[in-house]
Amino acid sequence: MATDRTRGVPPVVRNAGWYVLLTALSLLVLYPVWMTIVRAISEPFVYIQEGQPFFPVAVDWGVFGTAWADGAMGRSMLLTTAVVAVITVAQLVTSTLAAYSFAYLRFPFKNVLFVLLIATLLLPIEVTLLTNVRTIRELEWLNSFQGLTGPFLASAFGIFLLRQGFLGVPSELRDAARLDGFGHLAFLRKVALPVNRPIVGSFVLITALGAWNNYLWPRAAVTEERWETIQVALRRISVARPERFNVGVAAAIVASIPILVLLVVFQKQIIRGLTAGAVKG
Amino acid sequence: MTAPAVRTRRTSPAREALLGYSLLVPAFVVLGVFAYYPLYRLVHYALYRPNRFATREVYVGPSNISDVLGGDEFLDGLWITVKYVLYTVPTGLVLGLLLALAAHRHLRGIKVYQAIFSSTVATSVAVAAIVFFGLVNPEIGKFGDVEFISLARAESALRGVALTSIWQNIGLTFVIVLAGLQAVPDAVIEAARVDGFGPVRRLFRVTLPLISPTLLFLVVILLIFGFQAFAPMELLTNGGPARSTETLVFKIFRRQGPAQISEGAVMALGLFGLTFLVTLLQLTLLNRRVHYGD
Repeated sequence: MATDRTRGVPPVVRNAGWYVLLTALSLLVLYPVWMTIVRAISEPFVYIQEGQPFFPVAVDWGVFGTAWADGAMGRSMLLTTAVVAVITVAQLVTSTLAAYSFAYLRFPFKNVLFVLLIATLLLPIEVTLLTNVRTIRELEWLNSFQGLTGPFLASAFGIFLLRQGFLGVPSELRDAARLDGFGHLAFLRKVALPVNRPIVGSFVLITALGAWNNYLWPRAAVTEERWETIQVALRRISVARPERFNVGVAAAIVASIPILVLLVVFQKQIIRGLTAGAVKG
Repeated sequence: MTAPAVRTRRTSPAREALLGYSLLVPAFVVLGVFAYYPLYRLVHYALYRPNRFATREVYVGPSNISDVLGGDEFLDGLWITVKYVLYTVPTGLVLGLLLALAAHRHLRGIKVYQAIFSSTVATSVAVAAIVFFGLVNPEIGKFGDVEFISLARAESALRGVALTSIWQNIGLTFVIVLAGLQAVPDAVIEAARVDGFGPVRRLFRVTLPLISPTLLFLVVILLIFGFQAFAPMELLTNGGPARSTETLVFKIFRRQGPAQISEGAVMALGLFGLTFLVTLLQLTLLNRRVHYGD
């Protein structure tokens, strides 16, 4: 972007304006996070007495241990991990099977069934909440593993995404597989899935993130403390006790760590999953 | 480009169809129990009201639907939901666009800024709400006494709650707009520069029109998120003060008991209609755009 006027000036200096703007915007985005960390580690009494400072006062790192023990976070995070694992694996399996069927097999009423499937995108859990709660109540699945995971064991989004991926497998590969005498299972395992590893990876990560962060359904499907997933438990630990809010925000920070690790390690895959469908609509 | 289906020598059409249906069974069983059946039950509860102990149901008929949809509770919830969307969607869109335009350039270290801007994608609604509880709660929040966003006043509480969603959506909005910008070929922008387009004209005449499908996609996502917001209200205001932050989903959530489920079911169908309209709007606009491009 060098113009005549700025040629010869080192890029960092020439772009100083952009760095200032980008840094200012970063501070704006991170400000709430910083204030949360300050509140967690500052000694609450000093904190309240002297007004709310920008830098931590009388730092106490023990608050994270307190949050962990007080909130019984270990149990809750273990339960959530199990819920996330089951939802993710189940969605991968049900989506792969259905997507394979829609992409490669011929059968009557295929289009009707596909439209019926896509229509469920219009039925988010917010819409079906009341009657889904009634259903799990009648099944006596309230406060149970089945209740927490049930509605998320299949998803139209996943089937749609994987079907797109399967349809994109080059026909030469399919012909080659046919010549090699591959059956459906072999073709799926050795060609269709490996070729679509990026899509599968993004899908798995997005599903896991969503399951970990889900709030409304576990809030409605659970009435006993020991069945609370981590997001629901946070409500009890934090906003329900403003007098010990430093412990509450410490808990929120701890609950975010697994997700942050995922984000750092798989940033590219997660962003690709989130932007799927956004470009070239 | 419809490629032939993969077939082994032995598969007859009947066997292929059988296999096709069986692979669909697991997904359709789940969706049957947790999507189609609950939709059917919503319609049922809209027409039949259980008594207080859920021991029997009384037929209340279609008039129940029109009563609820025309009633103060639903209209209130709808209006608050629409206001919430008006607070969160345009602000979110502009912020995301601003961040993406700023970070879409070749600079040393730009990846760090991009990582920071996208960092809120992984934040849960509950955590975002707790973060803003610490900022805007009237008793303990640093900005608890700022009138414009005060949670203590019915006139401003929804704006305070909306901050949660605005901030939480920054990451997603940013990554989506950035992906859109990155898909615009550099040559197109360069051509506009050569043609003497200044930065502002380039933005409004070239870049924005080119990424308009992405922006449309984003608006639809943000609208749907706005319609479905629940945790920020429950955690920050619990619907108050004076029920000024009771959005539709909040009202639906509170109607689980047998005495209110009939009303709640109609509200849920209303929410369904709202989502349906937005999706329809998206499809219409997308189609128009495709013809436009010819």
